[in-house]
Amino acid sequence: MTTQFKDSIETALHNPNLTGALGRFSEAYRISRAKAYEGIDFEAVRDSIADIKCSASSHFEELAEQFKANAERRGAKVFRTSDPAAVKQYILDLAKAQGVQRVVKSKSMASEEIHLNKALEQAGIEVDETDLGEWIIQLAHQTPSHMVMPAIHMTKEEVAEVFSQEVEEGQAPDIPKLVKFARGKLRPKFLGADMGITGANIAVADTGSLVIVTNEGNARLVTTLPRIHVAIVGIEKLVAHVEEILPILTALPRSATGQLLTSYVSIISGQVPNTDDSLKKLHIILMDNHRSDMVKDPKFKEALQCIRCATCLNVCPVFRLVGGHVFGKTYTGGIGTILTAWFDELKKADDIQGLCIQCGSCVPLCPGKIDIPGLILELRRRLVVEKGQSLAMKAIFGIVNNRRLFHAMLRTASVTQKPFKQGRFIRHLPLFLSDMTDFRSLPAVAAVPFRDVVKGIVQPQGGEKVAFYAGCLIDFCYPEMGESLVKILNKAGIEVLFPDDQTCCGAPARYNGAYEVAGQNARDNIKALLATEVSHVVSACPTCTVALKHDFLDTFKSLGATDAMEDAKRLSAKTIDFATLVKQLVDAGRLTFKEGETLEKITYHDSCHLKRTLKASDEPRDLLRQAGHEIAEMYECDTCCGMAGSYSLKLPEISAPILERKLKHIKATGAAKVVMDCPGCVMQIRGGLDKDGAPIQTVHTAELLSDRFL
Amino acid sequence: MSATLEAFKTRAEAVSAEVHHFTSRKEALAFIQGVLREEAVSEAPQCGAVWAAAGFLDGAEQADFSARVPGLSFLVTREASAAAKVGISQLDWGIAGTGTLVQDATAVEKRLVSTLPPIHIALLGTDHILQDMGSVLQKLRPEQLNYISFITGPSRTADIERVLTIGVHGPGRLIIVVVDELGRVTQ
Repeated sequence: MTTQFKDSIETALHNPNLTGALGRFSEAYRISRAKAYEGIDFEAVRDSIADIKCSASSHFEELAEQFKANAERRGAKVFRTSDPAAVKQYILDLAKAQGVQRVVKSKSMASEEIHLNKALEQAGIEVDETDLGEWIIQLAHQTPSHMVMPAIHMTKEEVAEVFSQEVEEGQAPDIPKLVKFARGKLRPKFLGADMGITGANIAVADTGSLVIVTNEGNARLVTTLPRIHVAIVGIEKLVAHVEEILPILTALPRSATGQLLTSYVSIISGQVPNTDDSLKKLHIILMDNHRSDMVKDPKFKEALQCIRCATCLNVCPVFRLVGGHVFGKTYTGGIGTILTAWFDELKKADDIQGLCIQCGSCVPLCPGKIDIPGLILELRRRLVVEKGQSLAMKAIFGIVNNRRLFHAMLRTASVTQKPFKQGRFIRHLPLFLSDMTDFRSLPAVAAVPFRDVVKGIVQPQGGEKVAFYAGCLIDFCYPEMGESLVKILNKAGIEVLFPDDQTCCGAPARYNGAYEVAGQNARDNIKALLATEVSHVVSACPTCTVALKHDFLDTFKSLGATDAMEDAKRLSAKTIDFATLVKQLVDAGRLTFKEGETLEKITYHDSCHLKRTLKASDEPRDLLRQAGHEIAEMYECDTCCGMAGSYSLKLPEISAPILERKLKHIKATGAAKVVMDCPGCVMQIRGGLDKDGAPIQTVHTAELLSDRFL
Repeated sequence: MSATLEAFKTRAEAVSAEVHHFTSRKEALAFIQGVLREEAVSEAPQCGAVWAAAGFLDGAEQADFSARVPGLSFLVTREASAAAKVGISQLDWGIAGTGTLVQDATAVEKRLVSTLPPIHIALLGTDHILQDMGSVLQKLRPEQLNYISFITGPSRTADIERVLTIGVHGPGRLIIVVVDELGRVTQ
């Protein structure tokens, strides 16, 4: 990461106005969004949006031509171009030919994308943004920090100062007064403008219609008062049929602002009369700017299903800390990272793609069904292919790819860590490593790894066998979690095998874009885990489970390693997470809880991969309740703890405040224990609570259940 | 009150529109006159009213209204609308599910009276309230009409600190007058 980028993160994190506003918004957003969707089948709506947009992007060429023919039949002039410079030139030529001196704009991200205002101003044309947020940032000489709320990073005091400096002195930081002031100042601009420029939320091919959604009413004025209307429309806004606007208009306001419908929706199809009875000149620019390149990419075509609602910003635990400006000048957040890589260039996304913590919060809420973290990971992979891995990373992955060396080093670490160890924690590390222990203690490497411990456990023989995939953390830091798992499965008469040749699951390499390394890890593990016939391969680490169940296949697919696919599928079919397996055994009557236990109140933290990829959030809770625990749910129980593997090492400044929020919510429940199913989360949360000093124990579900069965 | 109207009213009021229901056209017109009086509509600057009344009030009715409300104009121009405090128009359809008004707004007068003045009075026939947007788009078809407007509550913004503020560029008050006999009398 560049120093400049790190500095921009630092600046954002130390802006209390920004983090305060975004933090409060992200909390309110979830509630208002859920309320807006009451009575609506969101899955059905987003299925149809994804279908509509996917089909549209497969037929851009036909739809664009159809749109052009239909809009022109109704008096519009349609200009198609792939080149942003040509868009600007077209508008400048039009302005010159029509004697345009003043332009008013309603919000258009496409115009931001091509920096249109600058081009118009350089040609001596007066341009005013009329969306309040856009006007504020235009006056403040800034760029939008959010797709829907461009000025969310500013306080009323800052707005008042901008108005006072740029428009008229003496504006007070009073929101209704500031809004009234804007109305008063912009009204003459609307009335005096020769040209109105808008974007469009949807363009309908079979009617030649533009659908424009606003709350302030500025788009209605921009399309009514000036004698010329220019609409700049990215071709991804095209849909084939008019009825296809319905699911989009169902989702867009609900997901963007928690409204059932925005105050205004205008469907403009061809020319309309001006106030002097002439017909309005309507120019529609269908802009490509790399969108059709995305169509040709089998992975990134999906990103064109975006309806620009900004949900992926609003629910992102990182965005709410750093805001939009660290992402760049136009599109921000998760989807913004992807669009920047394409509309601008891949290397522009080099730093910002690293911001994605891969928690998957945005995935179940995206109305376009876009796997945003998956696509960001793909950007990461391509960046590594393009410019190679850093030397430090190469050295690390070189070791991880050699199991014997890697495990030998971990064993050595249990000795060399001694000067820093206090009990089972490492509380302070010297020099540059101190970032890692600033906000949480790290677990000490166990004296005896699980792979050695397991050899001393006497297990039932001759019945069902499962293979246990421990993963590095349980094997080398938390062997007691593995022991608990063995103890529980033994109660069901199951023998737990530990294939010694298992190694790192490859997640660290994969999440750093080093797919070759991850591929080798996958091959080694598949060989080890399929060597003996077992009913299941079980893991008590959700990240490892996801690796075995899904990522190996995907990594091989990306690498074109077709020879490895068959075995990867076999492993995937056998792989199961600990909580789901134990729940199945309980339901089948093979495990029985001790009766009449009333145990202490606990709270449960959902790990990202368990909840959102493996979809197991009820299973661990059911088990804990059946055991006799009362669960006091914490606020945002399924929000990432900030660990995310190497993320907390690369971006400790972001990981730390995410953890801080998590700890606050844990403490607020008053529970004596916080329970989870992921050793990575245990490492983060236990380490955080140790530094914090709160008397709350952090435990893995397996540990808490180990003595609860008959 | 019918369930559809009830649902429409609930939704529209939830987004800060005011909804009034009358049985007869006469009562509705009296109510509108009352609002114009309350708002002190007059010939003074920025105190006028504009009414896009084409197809709704005949010439005699317009003359009668003008005589009783000085400052009210049926000649809807850009200047008159920009100087008006109140704009009045008839809307074609309502949507119960969202409390939305829908209009074929191709005629510029209809847009001027509902965008420029700070108050918009919208007349709607009770039997013209449909369940959802899909049903309305069967009646007002984008393949035939060049400008269709959907209006849901007054103009609003939350662009400064996410604080909801009513009345930015469009009307700050939306007064919806639902009339049972409106549809029958108009044509």
